Amino acid sequence: MSLHEPDAPVLRRYTAFLRINHWIAAACFIMLTLSGLAMFSPALFWLSALFGGGQPTRAIHPWIGVVLFVSYALLCVRFLGSNLPNRDDVAWSRRIVDVINNRDENLPELGKYNPGQKLVFWSQTLLIPVLLVTGLVIWDWYFYGYTTIQTKRVAVLVHSLAAILAITVIIVHIYAGIWVKGTMRAMTRGTVTAGWAYRHHRKWFRQSLAGQPPTAEPPRAGGD
Amino acid sequence: MANYQSLDIVRRSASTEVSPGIRNGTEMEVAKLIDVSRCIGCKACQSACEQWNDLRDDIGHHVGVYDNPLDLTAKSWTLMRFTEYENPKGDLEFLIRKDGCMHCADPGCLKACPSPGAIVQYANGIVDFVEENCIGCGYCVKGCPFNIPRYAQDDRKAYKCTLCNDRVSVGQEPACVKTCPTGAIMFGSKGAMIEHANGRVEDLQSRGFEGAGLYDPQGVGGTHVMYVLHHADQPELYAGLPKDPHISPVVQAWKGGLKIFGLASFALATIGSFIHYVTKGPNEVSSEEEEEARDEIAASKQRRTVSREVRL
Repeated sequence: MSLHEPDAPVLRRYTAFLRINHWIAAACFIMLTLSGLAMFSPALFWLSALFGGGQPTRAIHPWIGVVLFVSYALLCVRFLGSNLPNRDDVAWSRRIVDVINNRDENLPELGKYNPGQKLVFWSQTLLIPVLLVTGLVIWDWYFYGYTTIQTKRVAVLVHSLAAILAITVIIVHIYAGIWVKGTMRAMTRGTVTAGWAYRHHRKWFRQSLAGQPPTAEPPRAGGD
Repeated sequence: MANYQSLDIVRRSASTEVSPGIRNGTEMEVAKLIDVSRCIGCKACQSACEQWNDLRDDIGHHVGVYDNPLDLTAKSWTLMRFTEYENPKGDLEFLIRKDGCMHCADPGCLKACPSPGAIVQYANGIVDFVEENCIGCGYCVKGCPFNIPRYAQDDRKAYKCTLCNDRVSVGQEPACVKTCPTGAIMFGSKGAMIEHANGRVEDLQSRGFEGAGLYDPQGVGGTHVMYVLHHADQPELYAGLPKDPHISPVVQAWKGGLKIFGLASFALATIGSFIHYVTKGPNEVSSEEEEEARDEIAASKQRRTVSREVRL
């Protein structure tokens, strides 16, 4: 790919710790989606075979959820500061048609994240705790005695609804990584090309220039 | 193995396939009729249930009431519930209701169950848990409008009364019916049981129980366990028997509209993304932008050098 010419200057976007943690959260999210959908819709029960059958699916799902929550809590702390809404977000959102049509030249200059990315952050930040709490209510093996059946009914409904929203957001999140070329390497290698940063996050690009000048070659794996 | 013939199954949990319908309408619906007015609270039905199903519940604690055990458990599938009721005349009535699965025509447990074939409904009306398919999620507990299924702490499966499906399928009545010393529990075709109940209700009404009636709640499509109650107008008196039981609207929404909404939402997001990529294409950094970025980097480096020199 032309973007990844070896001598292109790159900027560091994510530390190795954050990248690993992101992929732990991603793996948990995918496993939770598959095992959760197996228990949500009869038409998708066959997904339970991926986890060794219905009982193992039921048993492992909540534990993966706990791992996701811990992993996401760490991500959230690291992401929070860069995801606070600001005025640029309003201007960017008004030009959503330009966003969809890849006309980035018409968009305002942005910091580290655009409103779409912030939406992913905030929806997961809201939904994952909701999923944890409602999940604990219906984790009958440990917590059956603590709530009434009516509470459990509401919890399972809210849990399903929150999961549907979270999965839908993640589908869009994954697509954004495919759509906007040069994005994926931020989470795989930790760096983005200077051109990518200039095009999509110019304020962040300039802040990075002021702080830490770009290296001429990509750092070795794990070298940052 | 579950004791059934596949031809007898009219409904199967979490299954997308159609149940065999070749025989529908020809099989007799059965019912257990519990005449509360004739029950003496001896608990013989509880013992018979434990014995026939080879269950031995754990020894509990006496807390000063007749109910023993205090609640249904994974090993106690039926339970006499005792209520002391002071009627408007000031007299004490000792109301005793044999609690257990009602074998609803529209079973909430079956509707909620996510595991294919873990809950089945036979043509004769019996709703049965097929334990080898149970995954232990506890959804049946949430689906049931009568609070009947119990989650076992030892094997993480849900249990409830089978209406002695193994006995009924070979032409015998359930164990509790067999053992009841006063004939308060009866078993037969649903039609015959309703007919018998009507006679009992008439008798009770003639003895001053104006509110006597048959409990066969239509909110769950009728049940295959029915009660004759002296106060059918106030079923809640009998340890909270619901007046108009139906599958909770929360469960209906979760198992109905939400499933469609969920799958539609995923499909929309995925197809929408795909169409976007195919029509708008990827968002790529142009070579001019790479060039401008390089220029800015060079300028910034120069500024740094200059400022360093100025400082020197």
